[in-house]
Amino acid sequence: MPQSPIYTVSALNYYIRDIIDGDALLSGLFVRGELSNYKAYPSGHHYFSLKDAEGTIRCVMFRREAASLKFRPQNGMKVVAFGRVSVFPRDGQYQLYCSQLAPDGLGELHLAFEQLKERLSKEGLFDLSRKKPLPRFPARIALITSPAGAAVQDMLRILEARWPLAEIVLLPVRVQGEEAAGEIAGALHYANRQKLADLIITGRGGGSMEDLWAFNEELVARAIARSELPVISAVGHEPDFTISDFVADLRAATPSNAAELAVPDQNEIYAQLSQWNARMCQALSRRLTFARQQLIRAERSRVLSDPMNAVEDRRMLLDYQQQRLISGLRHGLSGQQRRLAGLAAALDALSPLKVMGRGYAIPLGPEGVIRSVKSVAEADLFDLRMNDGVLHCRVSGVDADQR
Amino acid sequence: MAEKKLSFEDAMVRLEQIVTLLERGEAPLDEALSLFEEGSRLMKQCSSLLDKAEQKVIKLTGAQESAPVGEED
Repeated sequence: MPQSPIYTVSALNYYIRDIIDGDALLSGLFVRGELSNYKAYPSGHHYFSLKDAEGTIRCVMFRREAASLKFRPQNGMKVVAFGRVSVFPRDGQYQLYCSQLAPDGLGELHLAFEQLKERLSKEGLFDLSRKKPLPRFPARIALITSPAGAAVQDMLRILEARWPLAEIVLLPVRVQGEEAAGEIAGALHYANRQKLADLIITGRGGGSMEDLWAFNEELVARAIARSELPVISAVGHEPDFTISDFVADLRAATPSNAAELAVPDQNEIYAQLSQWNARMCQALSRRLTFARQQLIRAERSRVLSDPMNAVEDRRMLLDYQQQRLISGLRHGLSGQQRRLAGLAAALDALSPLKVMGRGYAIPLGPEGVIRSVKSVAEADLFDLRMNDGVLHCRVSGVDADQR
Repeated sequence: MAEKKLSFEDAMVRLEQIVTLLERGEAPLDEALSLFEEGSRLMKQCSSLLDKAEQKVIKLTGAQESAPVGEED
């Protein structure tokens, strides 16, 4: 043997992993087997083994995929898993990385259910905006269900007890078997075309998933979606959900529940009526009391007891207005006077006569006011204007200030 | 009388309206009186409808045969 290379353990594991990862079949396949050692870890990952009579394979389902499981896997359950096979190098173990898990046998139905649900949901058939409001007091209700069985009896009994005013139109259909979906869809179309009712209830009592299957058929789902009359879907027991439930305007947990949701309780309506009656009587009696008080007030009022009062009142008002007019005029006049006096005082303060009163005099030469000793000479004549007259003066000498 | 033709639902709606109008107390007296009269009449109409009601069940047979199965638009 020539120089054989020596590998590390992890190098070997990675080598094996690469071989397995390169295999087309192992990159995605269905495996049928029985669940064992099922364990859901707090991390959200699920670990388990799939086994059959001769072998076993370890499996892991990661949190994201495990969270979307519709059922609770249990040891011993026959399942079909889908996933890829790869190697976890730390353990040197190959395992199935499981992305889908379905109970064996029912698997097909489940898949069909999920596929249809997703398709119709994408089409918007489940949108809340499509839901039609139910009539508050239905006059006619169409029941599309099996005429035999407890479900129809329960519904009739409850409808009668709660709201006997509603007329019931029963459209008998088969609710399981090959023909069921076609008959249910046909009855839905018929009820709409004939305007048989103002509300439709369709459903059946409980059963296995196969028994309820008609209500998971696209034919029924589309007939409900197309119905112009509001539809309540009432299939099976509380936990059973069907495609019809998603499409219907209202989902009832059971047929009995549908009957309760469809109509009001007559006892509540009686109570409502009597409450309104009491309120109406009370309101009317209050209104009458008020009217009576108004009448009494009116009788006592001065206008009625002394008609001249109104005239006197108006005369007083006239006097008052006249008074206001006069004082208003007066006020205006005195204002003008005050303004005039103010102006006169201002003028007076500026007058030179006022200054001369205190002993000042103004020398006036032939060219007007003499402002400087330099503009006169000895023996010049000038006038000195005083407060109370004029002095005629002659200059006997000039002394200019030394500055 | 016009009120006789009201459906149960319309009668209930009108009744509630009348109660509210009366309780507001703004209506002139003659109007209040005629509202009260109308209310009492509707009230009697509704309860007697309920009193007399008996469930009527019509069973259609063969309805689904006359409707084409799986009819598509």
